[in-house]
Amino acid sequence: MKILVAIILTALLSFVGGLYLPWWNIAIAAFISVLLIPLAGGRAFLAGFAGVFLLWFLLAWWIDIKNQHILSRKIAEIFPLGGSSFAIILVTAFIGALVGGLAATSASFLRNRRS
Amino acid sequence: MRIIPFAFSAVATILLVFLLNKKWGAIPPLGKFLSPQHGFWQNAEAVNADFDDDLKFPNLKGKVNVYFDERLVPHVFADNDEDLYFVQGYLHAKFRLFQMELQTMYAAGRLTEIIGNNPTIIRVDRETRRSGMVYAAENALKEFEADPASKLVCDAYTAGVNAYIESLPESQLPIEYKLLDYKPEKWNNLKIALFLKQMSRTLAGQVDDLELTNEKGVIPFSEFKILYPQVPDSLMPIVPVGTKFDAPGILPVKPASADSLYFGEKDTSIHVAEIIKEDPNNGSNNWAVAGIKTKSGAPILCNDPHLELTFPSIWYEMQLNSPHVNVYGATFPGSPNVIIGFNDNIAWGVTNAQRDVKDFYEIKFKDDTKREYWFNGRWLNTQIHIDTLKVRGAGDIYDTVAYTFFGPVMFDKSFADSLAPGKAIACRWAAHDASNEGLTFYKLNRAKNYDDYLEAIKHFTCPGQNFVFAAKSGDIAIWQQAKFPARWYGQGLMIMPGEDSSYSWQGYIPQSENPHAINPAQGYLVSANQRPADTAYPYFIPGNYINARAISINHQLQNMDQITVDDMKRLQNDYFNVTAEDARSLLVRYLRESDLNQDARRYLDIFRSWDAQASPGSKGQTVYQLWWDSLAHEVWADELSKVRPVVVVPNQQTLLEALLKDSAFKYVDNINTPQKETLYDDVTAAFQKASVELGKEEKAGTLEWTKHKSPRIYHLLKSSLMPFSEPIAVGGNGDIINATTESHGPSWRMIVQLTENTEAYGVYPGGQSGNPGSKYYDDFVGAWTKGQYYSLWIMKRKETGDPRVKWRVSFGTR
Repeated sequence: MKILVAIILTALLSFVGGLYLPWWNIAIAAFISVLLIPLAGGRAFLAGFAGVFLLWFLLAWWIDIKNQHILSRKIAEIFPLGGSSFAIILVTAFIGALVGGLAATSASFLRNRRS
Repeated sequence: MRIIPFAFSAVATILLVFLLNKKWGAIPPLGKFLSPQHGFWQNAEAVNADFDDDLKFPNLKGKVNVYFDERLVPHVFADNDEDLYFVQGYLHAKFRLFQMELQTMYAAGRLTEIIGNNPTIIRVDRETRRSGMVYAAENALKEFEADPASKLVCDAYTAGVNAYIESLPESQLPIEYKLLDYKPEKWNNLKIALFLKQMSRTLAGQVDDLELTNEKGVIPFSEFKILYPQVPDSLMPIVPVGTKFDAPGILPVKPASADSLYFGEKDTSIHVAEIIKEDPNNGSNNWAVAGIKTKSGAPILCNDPHLELTFPSIWYEMQLNSPHVNVYGATFPGSPNVIIGFNDNIAWGVTNAQRDVKDFYEIKFKDDTKREYWFNGRWLNTQIHIDTLKVRGAGDIYDTVAYTFFGPVMFDKSFADSLAPGKAIACRWAAHDASNEGLTFYKLNRAKNYDDYLEAIKHFTCPGQNFVFAAKSGDIAIWQQAKFPARWYGQGLMIMPGEDSSYSWQGYIPQSENPHAINPAQGYLVSANQRPADTAYPYFIPGNYINARAISINHQLQNMDQITVDDMKRLQNDYFNVTAEDARSLLVRYLRESDLNQDARRYLDIFRSWDAQASPGSKGQTVYQLWWDSLAHEVWADELSKVRPVVVVPNQQTLLEALLKDSAFKYVDNINTPQKETLYDDVTAAFQKASVELGKEEKAGTLEWTKHKSPRIYHLLKSSLMPFSEPIAVGGNGDIINATTESHGPSWRMIVQLTENTEAYGVYPGGQSGNPGSKYYDDFVGAWTKGQYYSLWIMKRKETGDPRVKWRVSFGTR
C-alpha cells in the first residue's frame, strides 16, 4: 500500500516539477517521495522507478496518439529502434525510471540512517 | 552505518543525471531529449493542433491579425508596415527558426560553433570566410541601413524574430536544437544580409576559373572555344533573336600583356579548387505569356526556381497586407518581403542569370606575413583580417586573411596544402560590393506597373537574375538584371595576373544595356538559364548557361494558342527530353549493331521505342542517359584525365553540337591508343559499357528512370537525419522542363493569370511547418509530385469570416 502511494506521489511530483524545472526534476521528485513515505532499499528503488516510468510512459503514449506517431516513428529510426513508436515510448519511460529509481534509493538510505 | 550506501547511491544518481544531460558524439543528451515534458515529445504536434493565439508585444504600434488557412498559410493584415514585417519575422521564426539560423551560420562560416571539431566543417567555414562572405554581408548591411525604408523593414523583421526567440521556452525549441544540443542566438540585421549573400553564393558563386587554370597547362586556351563555346548553335536566347542592341557604352580593353601572361600556354596549374561547389543545376524556368496568346485575354506569368530540395523548404508561403501593400507569394525565412509572387496589379518571377561575376587574381606577397603585396610597381599594404573560428568542444582557431585591392586572398599556403608553391590567389566577386537587393523586393511587392517594376529591379546588383514581369494592364517584360562587369574577350575565365590593375574590372555594363524585352511580337518571353542574347549583344558575357530547357519551352509556347492555366500546369511538369530527341538519330546511326550481344540489343529496342519522355517509369530515359554519359566519357576522358585535380567536363549540348557538325570531331579519337577511333567506335563502345551498367540496374530492379536516380528531399542536415527525408517518385532531369534531379529541382511552382480577379496557383515540395513532428512538415509533397497545384487565396480584409480561415492569431500591444 505504502509503495503504491510512493509511486503515485513520485509521478505527481515529477509531473508538476516538469512544468517548471529541467528534466532531472524527476530525481528530486522521487527523492522527496521516499523521504516522505519511507521504504526500504529495494522497494524504494521500485517506487521511484515505477513512478517515473508510469508518468513518462503515459505522457509519451498520450502525445504519440495525438500526433498519430508522425514523430515517434522518425525518432525510432534515428535511434535506431526499427521505427517502432512503442519501442521509443518504452525506452523513454525506462531512462526516466532509472533516474527515479536511483534517486529514490538514495532517499531510502538517508531516511534509514535518520530513523 | 547507511552513510556509505547513501553517498554511493546519491553520487550514482547525480552521475547518471550528468551523463544523460550531456551530448555524446552524435547521441543527444538522452534524459533531456527523451523527457516527455522537455524533449522531442514536445515537438510531436497534435494532428488537430490549434494554432489560435492572442499575443502581446509592447514594441508593436497597432494591431495585426493573422488568418491561417487550411494549408497553414498565413494571411497577415497589419495597420502599418512596421508591424507587418515584425509579424513576418515572428512567423518565419515560429515555423522555420532552425533553418534561418543554420543557413546564416553557414553563410558566416560559423558551422563549427554548432557541429564542432570536424575537419571538413572547419575547412568549409574557412573557405566561406576567405571568400569574403562576411565582408560582403557587412558591406550590404551598411548600404541597407542607410536607406530609411529598408532599415525600417529590417529592424521590424529582426524585432519580430527576436520576439519569438525570447518567448521560446526550452521545451518548444525546434527538434534540431535538441538533437544537436544547442540554443538559438539572437537575430540581427547582419543575418538578413548574410542570408541574401548566401543566395548570391548559391546563384553567382559557381565559376570554373580555378579548374580552367589547372586545365590550361594541358589543353591550350585556343581549344576552350571548342570545349566551352560561348554561344551554342541551338541557342534560343531570352531576348528574342533579331532584337537590335545599342552600341556598347563601355569598351573594355585587353591588357597588352594578356597574350603572353594570361592566354599563354605555359603550365599555370595551381592544383587547388574550391571545395564549396554549388549545384550546376541551380537554375530555374520562368515565362510570361501576353493576352494575345491566352484564352482569357489576360497575361499569364509562370515561375519555378530550381534549387536544392530540402526539408524544411527554402520557401514559406505568405500573404502580406497593410494599407501600403497587398502581396502574396513565396518568402525566404531569413529575409523580409515576398521574393516571388504577385500583388493586385502585377506578378513577377526570377530565374538565375548564370553570369560569371567572380574572378581570381594571382597575388605576389613580399613574405609569409602577407602584410605587403606587389601592386602597380610598389609594395602595398594589405589589410589583415584575423578570423576566429569558435569550435564547439574545442579551442578557437585563428585564420589570417589578407585583403587586397581585388578582395580577400582566398588561397595561400596557410589554407591550401596542395597549392602550387609561392602562389596566392585573391577573389574579386560582385557580391562583395555594397548593395541593397532587399529594396528590389520591397518595391516589387508594391509595384503597380512596368515603370515601378523597372525602378525596383535597378537596385539589384548580385546575383544576376532574370526578372520576368506581367501586369493587369497587359504588359509583359523581362530584364536580366545585376551589376555586370564589362569584360574584354576571355577576361576572368581563368586566374588573372594581379600584380597591377590592368586586369581588373574596367567598369560595368550600363544598366540600360542589360538584356531585356518588352511586349515582343511573339507574345511571350522565356528565361530558363540560357544565354540572354545571341552574338549580336555587344559584350563578352561568360556564364554556365543551360540551353535545353529554354528550347523546350520556346518550342511549346510558339505552337500554343488560347493558352489556359491548365496548359501552363502541364508545361511546368513537362518531361520531354529535347536533347535526347536531337541526339537520337546520331546515336543510332553510329552504333554498330552487329557488335552487340543479346542484352544490349534488348536495351537498344527500349531506346528505339522510347517517346523521349523522362517520365518516372521511363526505361528509355535511363538507357539514353547512361549511354550518353558513357559516350561523353569515351570522348573526353583521355584528354581531360591529364588535368588535376578537377576539370570541367564540357556539357551535353556542346558534345552533341560538335558531333552533329562533324562526326570526325578530333576529340573522338582516344589519344592513349595507337589506332584512330571513329565515332562508330566511341558510340558502340559507349553503348556496350552502358549495357553492362543497364544489366546491373535491371537486376536490381532500377531500370525505370525514377528508380535509377532515386530522387529524395533531404533534411538540411542531409544524410545524418535520413528519417527526416523523403523519397519522391518523379522523373525529369536538369535539362528537362520538370528539372528534378537527385535532390534538386522545382522548389516552388507558381502560375498567375492576371485577370481582373487574379487567379493564382502554386505548390512547393514541403510544408509550412519546419517541424518534422508536424503534419504540416511535408503535406504539399504529394501534390507537388503529382504535378498538382493549390489555388492561392488572396484574402481580402473583409473576408475574416470565410470558412477557409482555420486559425486566427492576433498581435496587439497589450
